[in-house]
Amino acid sequence: MTAAHSAAAPLTETGALLSVRDLRVVFQRRGEPPTVAVDGVSFDVAPGQVVGLVGESGCGKSVTSMAVMRLLPDRGVRVGGSVVMDGVDLLTLSDDEMRRRRGRDLSMVFQDPLTSLNPVIPIGLQVTEVLRRHRGMNKEAARKAAAELLERVGIPDPRRRLDSYPHQLSGGMRQRALIAIALACRPRLLIADEPTTALDVTIQAQILELLKELVRETGAALIMITHDLGVVAGLCETVNVLYGGRIVERAQRHRLFTTPRHPYTHGLLRSIPRLDAPPGEELPAIRGSVVDNLPWADNCAFAPRCPRAVERCVGVSPEEETTGGRLLRCHNPVPASAD
Amino acid sequence: MTETDGAGPLLDVRDLAVHFPIKRGLLLDRTVGHVYAVDGVSLQIARGETYGLVGESGCGKSTLGRAILRLVEPTAGQVTFDGVDVAHLHGERLRTMRRRFQMVFQDPMSSLDPRQSVESLLLEGLRAHGLSRGPAADSARLRELVDSVGLPAAALRRYPHEFSGGQRQRIGIARALSVEPDLVVADEPVSALDVSVQAQVLNLLGRLQAELGLTYLVIAHDLAVVRHVSDRVGVMYLGGIVEEAPSQALYDDPQHPYTRALLSAVPVPDPELEDRRERILLTGDLPSPAAPPAGCRFHTRCPWRQRPAAPTSVPRCG
Repeated sequence: MTAAHSAAAPLTETGALLSVRDLRVVFQRRGEPPTVAVDGVSFDVAPGQVVGLVGESGCGKSVTSMAVMRLLPDRGVRVGGSVVMDGVDLLTLSDDEMRRRRGRDLSMVFQDPLTSLNPVIPIGLQVTEVLRRHRGMNKEAARKAAAELLERVGIPDPRRRLDSYPHQLSGGMRQRALIAIALACRPRLLIADEPTTALDVTIQAQILELLKELVRETGAALIMITHDLGVVAGLCETVNVLYGGRIVERAQRHRLFTTPRHPYTHGLLRSIPRLDAPPGEELPAIRGSVVDNLPWADNCAFAPRCPRAVERCVGVSPEEETTGGRLLRCHNPVPASAD
Repeated sequence: MTETDGAGPLLDVRDLAVHFPIKRGLLLDRTVGHVYAVDGVSLQIARGETYGLVGESGCGKSTLGRAILRLVEPTAGQVTFDGVDVAHLHGERLRTMRRRFQMVFQDPMSSLDPRQSVESLLLEGLRAHGLSRGPAADSARLRELVDSVGLPAAALRRYPHEFSGGQRQRIGIARALSVEPDLVVADEPVSALDVSVQAQVLNLLGRLQAELGLTYLVIAHDLAVVRHVSDRVGVMYLGGIVEEAPSQALYDDPQHPYTRALLSAVPVPDPELEDRRERILLTGDLPSPAAPPAGCRFHTRCPWRQRPAAPTSVPRCG
């Protein structure tokens, strides 16, 4: 793959490739109170930038990506806010228009390649399908391009592998195939949702290295969604920390990891057993679990678990504040000098 | 029962092997090969020690744990628990012995019966091993148990689905401890849990060990977790232990190429370190345990492989 892009497209005013503004996703089941999965999330992705969305299960990181890709079902889900790419709000596009953009302008790599690849269709056909649909290639040209793609993502013996079925490949190879499909049309934005979580660490290292290389080569922007702060530390320029459906802290990765200001980020970083820390000591754990969360509407959701909670945290919802390139949503952040 | 005076290791595993037959054919059920899941593992665990077993999926670490507990039948080898060879125990003697080694599973949702209340889950073990001392004493014992794993007494009347993942794992731990075991085998005890909850459960395991003098065998794929809880760590690859060392030494000075690659592959939440560190990227995938490579099992992926002196010899790498 070369650095050449599909024609330069107009950017939004901010110079961002993708602007997510006040995204809200509410799941509504009959007879049950609505669940707010994403509660006013805003962030930008610049061309070629690697942005991380980090958080634990239920924080809304995957739902955010599904909403951006327009992959959520219509029934029972309300999506609000805007997702602007090339000056167009993706949320207002018709299903047909969105289908044309998906795979061409933005594409996605999922966590489990075995469920996102079609088990009864050979890998080759699943790659050529995208090429023929979006780039109008004929059968031979698409097959040749598919073999090149598989080779580029490090699948050995790509010509033979085109005829393999997903179950004949190992987990790492399947994830490579999925990345090949996602990159087939040189999208300007790639969303990777826990792409390495189902893989072993040595294979994870290979896939992360591959993603880094591809982003550098193709100039595509990458949104990396993960629960693993270690993965983010080596990959993302800007990191968004999500909690209970809202971004609680955003900073450039070096600043986030050296001086985490939100008590959640701070606590999370301290509670992870690390390879380079003295073993055997009691870990400073965050108390409770997400079931203790309060609604954001007039509280801080993290307050019941927070060691720095003050009176205002219950009763007054903290607003986002941006100072010196760092976004923070907290009444009583960790002092900048701490740690 | 022969119980020793407490000298020597609590658990002594010698040349343990578990080979699963691969069957073909409808009527004849021919055995066409074997999966060498565990292939000649020896390890000793002292009383009160925590032994960590790490490796990637398919390396045989879970099978090894299960073979030690006789949840799968070992093909060959010895498992000596407190002076008794449990690999060849049968019937009632095995059953009474089981009280002394218990297991904590990875997924507490599938290892706890959804239709049993916590109280009944915990009582089951007490009754099965004749530890029941009448309703009043049992109820006091159960309250003490749930309290020791950090749950309120009210939890006893509730059912597994009413708890969060971390709380369910606490119930799993309480169940293992209800019969007062000496050895607890924990297979991926925290990998199904959220990061912020992992630390709570790891701390709990540490605290219980100090209070009750437990011996642990912790099996996990996460090197950082294993290193944090363990006194000694064994690194497994394709059915064999390739390196064993005290946990600090293993990190400071890994000897085996596989251990080095594994350590270098673990992402660390520190951008400075991530930018600096050299990754040893292993090429290719794990070979099939049904057809392990001849010679050193790791040689197909080893960045430092050499032409072997004898093509079938299994080296002591280091």
